[in-house]
Amino acid sequence: MIWLILSLMLTQERALTENPMILAGPGILRPFYPPSESEKEIKVEAFELQQHAVTNAEFLKFVMEKPKWRRDKVSPLFVDSTYLSLWESPTRLGKQISPKQPVVFVSWFAAKAYCESIGARLPTHFEWELAAAASEAQADSRSDMTWRQKILDWYGKPAPERLPNVMGNKPNFWGLYDLHGLIWEWVQDFNSILLSSDSREAGKLDQAKFCGAGAIGASETDDYPSFMRLGFLSSLEAAYTTKTLGFRCAKDRMKGK
Amino acid sequence: MKINRYSVSMALCASLVGCNSHPNELRSTGGSELGAKMAAPVGEPIQAVLTQAPDVPPAITRKSPAKVVVEIEVKEVTMPISEGVNYTFWTFGGKVPGEFIRVRQGDTVEFHLQNHPDNKMPHNIDLHAVTGPGGGATSTFTAPGHQTQFTFKALNQGLYVYHCATAPVGMHIANGMYGLILVEPPEGLKPVDREYYVMQGDFYTVGKYREKGLQPFDMQKAIEENATYVLFNGSEGSMVGEKALPAKVGETIRLFVGNGGPNLVSSFHVIGEIFDKVYPEGGSHYQENVQTTLIPSGGAAIVEFRLEVPGTYIIVDHSIFRTFNKGALGMLKATGDEVTAIYSGKEVDDVYLGDKAASGSGKAVAKATAEMKSGTLTLESQIAAGEALFKGTCSTCHMETGLGVPSVFPPLAKSDFLMNDKARSIGVVLNGLSGAVTVNGTKFNSVMPPMSQLNDDEIANILTYVRNSWGNKGTAVTAAEVTAVRASSKRPPGAAE
Repeated sequence: MIWLILSLMLTQERALTENPMILAGPGILRPFYPPSESEKEIKVEAFELQQHAVTNAEFLKFVMEKPKWRRDKVSPLFVDSTYLSLWESPTRLGKQISPKQPVVFVSWFAAKAYCESIGARLPTHFEWELAAAASEAQADSRSDMTWRQKILDWYGKPAPERLPNVMGNKPNFWGLYDLHGLIWEWVQDFNSILLSSDSREAGKLDQAKFCGAGAIGASETDDYPSFMRLGFLSSLEAAYTTKTLGFRCAKDRMKGK
Repeated sequence: MKINRYSVSMALCASLVGCNSHPNELRSTGGSELGAKMAAPVGEPIQAVLTQAPDVPPAITRKSPAKVVVEIEVKEVTMPISEGVNYTFWTFGGKVPGEFIRVRQGDTVEFHLQNHPDNKMPHNIDLHAVTGPGGGATSTFTAPGHQTQFTFKALNQGLYVYHCATAPVGMHIANGMYGLILVEPPEGLKPVDREYYVMQGDFYTVGKYREKGLQPFDMQKAIEENATYVLFNGSEGSMVGEKALPAKVGETIRLFVGNGGPNLVSSFHVIGEIFDKVYPEGGSHYQENVQTTLIPSGGAAIVEFRLEVPGTYIIVDHSIFRTFNKGALGMLKATGDEVTAIYSGKEVDDVYLGDKAASGSGKAVAKATAEMKSGTLTLESQIAAGEALFKGTCSTCHMETGLGVPSVFPPLAKSDFLMNDKARSIGVVLNGLSGAVTVNGTKFNSVMPPMSQLNDDEIANILTYVRNSWGNKGTAVTAAEVTAVRASSKRPPGAAE
């Protein structure tokens, strides 16, 4: 038992040395779809987010330690058929894959399990959006049209044949890398962002999915990058995996930091 | 109780199916109109034939409704939007506009939407031909590397737009995610000689019109509805020159015209034709003898016309700056014999000075004529007279700037074709020119009519002006040189000698 706990702590320690947690926030977020009339502004508490997206190397280690997440052993309830499909084998990356590329073709279930294995969790949508609102120089750059257009340009392009390695771009205001321009990232509450807290308003779930309905209830109607992330996230199911979707882990702020 | 009601409705269903397989009952629609449209599909499911613009799938000859399977793959691809300008389009089927779908009223359509694994965005489809929430959008919201399916009954006949309706809708449409679906009436459309698919769309790029390189989508311009390009079939020159829509005199042409938007409505017009019939907004009734028809964004129209005389018919958005400055130009080329009783060609082209006789341009021509007679003609007088004449006749196509219209009318400014061969240039003005020529490395394939109705001194002045303007530097052309070419060359039949 003691051995187990020790080894678990070691694993956590190692993972977080390679991809350390960086402090972000606190901050105020004006969400694209405010959850309610009184929540046009959301206060996001300070939290910690991994410096870069989880890499192939990091995820391979996890799979070796938790074989039930190998692509040949995982339950089909938790992943779809393309899970980790870029890898040469269930336990080897192969020559086509760089260990420093972000891991993609991972499901929400797999991402969640990974984060739990290092004593962390997935960031919430609001946490992720707050971290991603920062440019290199500013904590909130969303009103900067040039910056916004740059992000939009990336969304406009199809996925490259080969994804770049992590940390190829400069870090943002908080010291976080590649929140834009590399991959999409899972968040903890990806499937509830468009849901109203009142389950009787069943129709609300579909709001952003089509046409004019998407404009109802939106506040920052010209913040297209956030809008597109919402669109992307709401097209997913927890077992889905795609070529440009990875993740990074978060933690509540450690006391005393 | 509940179970009972269910079984009753099942029984009704079964009897309906029975009715439709009974030939005598078919003639009367029986019950409600909806009931008739709800007839069950007959036979094995059919894979729909899908085509890319300007082609249209063959007319449906079936006499009964069927189950039709439509599969469309969404692909995000980088393609030319104009010469030397690339754009990343989001497409239904790899091209803009999306593939043309043709079904029959009453068909049951099983729709499959596939989102290619290399795509970065989720997509869906809203077909205006669908009766139901979101036009299918709610049922086809598809993540990259996934596919979805839904089924609808084509209840209403007509020509309908389909488009992607994923957030942000405007951007998905602006990137080219639209196409047309035709729901034919049960009796089919009246046969015509040719059918084509033309769809307009407006595009917003960060760079200016024709600024070279890969141009990203400009959100701000899109919000301001300040289009960089207004195009037919997704790229500038998609139906120009060798890609002009072919046709023959005596044929009846049907165009299925859609407008994807996202913002602009189209004043759809074909220069030199009157639409014999227009089904405005893609609906069931037609208007006759229409010059220009308005096609809303997210709307369509069917236009039909019989070609009476040969020539190149220019397809435009008659909100006309879009044609000359944003790319909304296509061509339909009708070949066949001239019918001069309908259209004579140019019969008279004399100088008409009107009240300009005493003004600058008229004076220039008069001065050159006087100098010519007295044998004191200077290069400057020739250029001044040539300019006045050029503006009257030549600038319509070659533009006052001498730059022509890209892909359509060749430039004269710094033109190698013009400057390399003086005698040839005299011949072109006198005898016209048709067929492919290469000017400054670019191919042109259009028609210049002979200008032999102009006097030798007029042609000499025009060419002297052209050879000494917009950066061109050349010797004067004399009336004697023109006379010599006129004597040694043949004019096409019908041209003035």
